[in-house]
Amino acid sequence: MKIKVFLFGIAFALVSNFAWAGCSFTNVTEVRSLTNSFDAWKAVTEAMSECGNVTATLDSEFKDKQPDAFAANPSLYEIGGVSGSTITPLLNAGTIRPLDDLVAKYGQNLNPNQLIKIDGKIMGIAMSVNNQHLMYRKDILDDLGIAEPKTYDDVLAAAEKIKAANVVDYPFGGAYKSGWNIAEEFVNMYLGNGGDFFGDGNAPAINNAAGIKSLETMKKLTAYMDPEYLTSDSTYAQKQMQQEKIAMAYLWATRAGAMDNAEESKVVGKIVMASAPMGDVRPASTLWWDGIVIAKNISDAKADAAFKVAMEGLDTEMVTANNDDAVWLITGYQPGASAAGASATAANGAAPYPSGSRMGVMHSALGNGVPEFLTGAKDAASTLADIEAAYISAAKEKGLM
Amino acid sequence: MKKKDFYLFIIPSLLMMFFFIAVPLAIVFQQSFYITQNVFQEIEVETCTPGFLKQICKTEIQTKPKLDLNGNLIKVSIFVGLENYKNLLQIEKLKKAVFNLSLNEIENITFWKAFRFTFTFCLITLPLVISLGLLIAITVNNLTQSIKGPVIFISLLPFIITPIIGALAIRWLFVGEGILTSFIEFFLERDIALFASAWTLEILMIIYRVWHVAPFAFIVFYAGLQTVNKETLESAVIDGANRFERLRYIVIPHLMPLIIFVSLIHLMDSYRVFEEIVAFSSQAYVISLQWLTYDFLTPDDTGNRLINRASTSAMLTMVGVTIIILPLLKRTWEDYREGKL
Repeated sequence: MKIKVFLFGIAFALVSNFAWAGCSFTNVTEVRSLTNSFDAWKAVTEAMSECGNVTATLDSEFKDKQPDAFAANPSLYEIGGVSGSTITPLLNAGTIRPLDDLVAKYGQNLNPNQLIKIDGKIMGIAMSVNNQHLMYRKDILDDLGIAEPKTYDDVLAAAEKIKAANVVDYPFGGAYKSGWNIAEEFVNMYLGNGGDFFGDGNAPAINNAAGIKSLETMKKLTAYMDPEYLTSDSTYAQKQMQQEKIAMAYLWATRAGAMDNAEESKVVGKIVMASAPMGDVRPASTLWWDGIVIAKNISDAKADAAFKVAMEGLDTEMVTANNDDAVWLITGYQPGASAAGASATAANGAAPYPSGSRMGVMHSALGNGVPEFLTGAKDAASTLADIEAAYISAAKEKGLM
Repeated sequence: MKKKDFYLFIIPSLLMMFFFIAVPLAIVFQQSFYITQNVFQEIEVETCTPGFLKQICKTEIQTKPKLDLNGNLIKVSIFVGLENYKNLLQIEKLKKAVFNLSLNEIENITFWKAFRFTFTFCLITLPLVISLGLLIAITVNNLTQSIKGPVIFISLLPFIITPIIGALAIRWLFVGEGILTSFIEFFLERDIALFASAWTLEILMIIYRVWHVAPFAFIVFYAGLQTVNKETLESAVIDGANRFERLRYIVIPHLMPLIIFVSLIHLMDSYRVFEEIVAFSSQAYVISLQWLTYDFLTPDDTGNRLINRASTSAMLTMVGVTIIILPLLKRTWEDYREGKL
């Protein structure tokens, strides 16, 4: 009996040692993280766990949990996984700490591009960028003699030809689901057309020519989409492309890898990643980033350990093993064909997503209001007027106006 | 039973009801008259975020909430009276819409759009649930003893399935190229999109709800059928009453208290329709009062929640459900007074 326990102990120790092989140090302080659950975060948290004593929580509802978890004293998590917009509630509440000295101590492998600076202080470390761009079936467009669409007018013309040729169920697809997704589509289109969201004193300013043009372009696109577009999110549209139901799609760059996933996709090697179509002023897209932040309500020793662990999670070894999971900003990333759309969109001058308290309220108002135009319940001007009224009502309630 | 014993028995329940039902209700009621907000200030901030190869730095004036000396967000609660209710109900717009007799205009006000659907949903599902439950109960009652057990089990299954799972199952059967939609398209020889219009979505939701709740009605009526007076039935047969007359003059009056009970429960449950909206992702076409409250409570990306408006919506939902079950409560009270209960 004792021999069995002894042998089991040796086996366990060997296994555990093997698991720690990927990390350059052994972590002894307990470090907990709360992040989103898509593939890139799985890769990062697995790399972090190799250091030992790391508990990673991956939850797609993380943004509902983070503000309160980080406001607790002591904070419930040391490391938080955030994006360009979900860092805002943590910044506003002052529950994340500046990382300047930690970066000086441990951040030698970081690119300057990765340092998220707010008011001169480093508040987060970005690991990847993301944006929405065009993806299309090269074989179908070549067959019909259509050049790569550069503007939405090109996309609409191409869609008309594809519809006439009747080679797929629907020429176009996108994440047009009511709520956050459709609002994001409008934000992209509106910024592409050069619109500003706010005027003086946080007043809304979307009821203008750019706003109406954006709505009308979206409506024209929906004529070429699956009629149930208001229920389809990114995953649904991705599957439509994978299953040859659509010829062109406007999706997140992180979906590009899935197109070449032989286990699910029927269109491996046939999809070209292209820049987001140009609006009147810039590409109709917004730049997002994902990265980590460190909580403020923890001891400095814990913050030290957490940052070291996070650096291990964001190192070159992790990127090399998971190259196509995201458009990484970390050294060692080899941008492949799947990153071409994201980089072209950024190179063409897409704007970053304008996150802030008032943008959060506007985004919600858009999510409920834009579908009313697309279903034909209201015309463009009254849709935008009603969205502005909803925004004003909510903003006043929140104290923003 | 002595008064003292009676009170000792019910005090624990009363205490729990007080703390877990009455107090929260009072708090929600109070919150609906206030607005709780952070105090904001405008400051110029430079934000640097990653472009693809180079950083993009932007300097702009941002509205940020103020923090107090301890580093906590400053929150103020302002009494606004009926302001929240007015914002939600939009009485002026409603008057205009009713004056124009335009259902479209009424439905353009979010609250009334939710109310219209919730109301028609309750009133349409009620008779369907009662009649389907009664039908199943009478059928099962007349089955041979050997297969009664399995049939009862199968009939109860829809009620056991968690509502969100059941609604998702219906969604997958009918959305896009779902099996049943493809079947219907095959027969009608045309493309249909059931999730692209409000009325088809409402019909699907009603079908799902009736399928889900009918077993509850069935099992209650089935129990009631066991206590129907056999002698009365026999004398009715001797007097020459056919099946329908027996049903109408003996069985249904006997089951009436149970029918009222099932109606009360069903109205209260269906007024809270929510899982169907979420599972069908129908918020562009169809919303319900419960979903509206949930939507107000869902934080946006920057953590804003409209708690006071959600409290208002919750209070109005409560008022609505009380009004809708009032006739049935009145009937129950009258039956009690007359000693029928």
